Amino acid sequence: MTAIETPPRDAATDRWSSGVIPYAQMGYWEPDYVPKDTDILCAFRITPQDGVPPEEAAAAVAGESSTATWTVVWTDRLTAHEHYQAKAYKVDPVPGTPGQYIALIAYALDLFEEGSIANLTSSIIGNVFGFKALRALRLEDMRIPLHYVNTFQGPPHGIVMEREYLNKYGRPLLGATTKPKLGLSARNYGRVVYEALRGGLDFTKDDENINSQPFMRWRDRYLASMEAVNKATAETGEIKGHYLNVTAGDVESMYERAEFAKEIGSVIIMMDLTVGYTAMTSMSKWARRNGVLLHLHRAGHGTFTRQKTHGVSFRVIAKWCRLLGVDHIHAGTVVGKLEGDPNMVRGYYDTLRDGVIPRDPMHGIYFDQDWGSMPGVMPVASGGIHAGQTHQLLHYLGEDVVLQFGGGTIGHPMGVAAGATANRTAVELIVQARNEGRDFYTDGPEILRAGGRWCAPLRAALDVWGEISFNYESTDTPDVATTPTPA
Amino acid sequence: MHVTQGTFSYLPPLTDAQINAQVQYSLDNVWAISVEFTDDPHPRNFLWDMWGLPMFDMRDPAAILLEVQRCRDAYPTRYIRVNAYDRTLGRQTTALSFIVQRPKDEKGFRLDRQEGRDRQVRYTIHPYALDRPPGERYER
Repeated sequence: MTAIETPPRDAATDRWSSGVIPYAQMGYWEPDYVPKDTDILCAFRITPQDGVPPEEAAAAVAGESSTATWTVVWTDRLTAHEHYQAKAYKVDPVPGTPGQYIALIAYALDLFEEGSIANLTSSIIGNVFGFKALRALRLEDMRIPLHYVNTFQGPPHGIVMEREYLNKYGRPLLGATTKPKLGLSARNYGRVVYEALRGGLDFTKDDENINSQPFMRWRDRYLASMEAVNKATAETGEIKGHYLNVTAGDVESMYERAEFAKEIGSVIIMMDLTVGYTAMTSMSKWARRNGVLLHLHRAGHGTFTRQKTHGVSFRVIAKWCRLLGVDHIHAGTVVGKLEGDPNMVRGYYDTLRDGVIPRDPMHGIYFDQDWGSMPGVMPVASGGIHAGQTHQLLHYLGEDVVLQFGGGTIGHPMGVAAGATANRTAVELIVQARNEGRDFYTDGPEILRAGGRWCAPLRAALDVWGEISFNYESTDTPDVATTPTPA
Repeated sequence: MHVTQGTFSYLPPLTDAQINAQVQYSLDNVWAISVEFTDDPHPRNFLWDMWGLPMFDMRDPAAILLEVQRCRDAYPTRYIRVNAYDRTLGRQTTALSFIVQRPKDEKGFRLDRQEGRDRQVRYTIHPYALDRPPGERYER
């Protein structure tokens, strides 16, 4: 790495000469800068083009995501520009990965509108990702100062209130996505919901792409699902719910669907990440006003979260969603069919649930994060998980989580209700063993098999899926680990 | 009919030794144990009757088991649950809650449907036990 010469800011007369000068010389590279408690801090993974010094690349990111344009403008001098300019203050090479650097950039608090993720993201990821001087760019993490946190509503209810609404404590919640994803009529759909709930699940769920299609319109689905929810509640004496997806082509339709869901007594609705940050924020406020839990399906996130050199890390998406306010968000399974390194997933779960998250490079956490009193979001583990992995799921994900066994419920050889019973029994067995002080991670298979001796549905589930695992290398892994951590 | 409220309702009834282990786990987490009973198991009835105050200062599981037994002796036909309460800032809620006694004949719930317009239905869940006055609901 070659050091670049930085003339004293504003002292150099050519700082204001018309033309193009390096961003670093325009004040966007300030290695002596000490971040303020009120600053928003970002960690970017930058891959500069050949010949572009990393400090200049970092300064360019700072510039383009704050006040700069490509050339000198005299109108900067009408402002206290030193204040509004973002400052790249640190650039470190990524160990063992030539060409990549982590750049830390500080932004003054008043660059951003209060309570607006749309504004925050328009600034910070608005322009810079297409910037030619960079080969690739990824937003790895953000420190949101408590001053800014407190301008957001946060989760409509949060983990604690959700448990109190549902009267369910001391164990992971259980859900399932109705399958097949597409094509069921409302009556058939209600059948699957009913069987899964009466068998022992707490929740069932619309899939992300179930909105209002020709084979099943939303209103019919809502009515059929609520018949199923209420019937299952009466049969078990336990509160049940079905996430009614209110995602639609326009926000007015989303409100209409949410109002109807509330009218017919649903405890929870859901929406997809694809509706956008502003629509999600509006639904969050609606959910707080109306006492309805709000689930978020992170549909589409893999397009920008998965590749390590490009996009936005999911831990940043998790922060934005905690700020704008959801009660549930899909955050990975570690052991299931979808991408998720155990260390990275741990970082997402901590970010969603805890009050204070200390910097921890192993978990991909670049900054201390303090949420103040903002409630936690319940992470959801969904995608290719089954009863035979329950001990691993409790070990990796803990207790405040919704475990969603879709295929693992509906594909059970004895039927949907038996599948649900198998999953619920497995969870209660492993929680009991953990609380009794057993090494439940090691003994898990034995504990579950023992349960299968008196619980036929559990035995059948273990026979069908006991050996199924998805052992592929993760794409998104911590830089400090030398080898990818196996799932 | 089998009410499935509580953390361990899908397991066989917990033995006293198993209850003791859960109580010990709770005490190790510095949670306060309470015992509650009811003859109204409606899923939204969270106000079960308290068997005394939460035992904030009781650290001996045997003494807690004794309270469970005294509650069972006093109300042999009702639902009884053991709760563990976590007073930590950011939680301040129940951490664990499981049923340790149930009526021999769990009467279950009736689902009433009030049909409205546009195919909408108002649902009400009615515990059959509530057709009789408190104290007589599970005695027969």
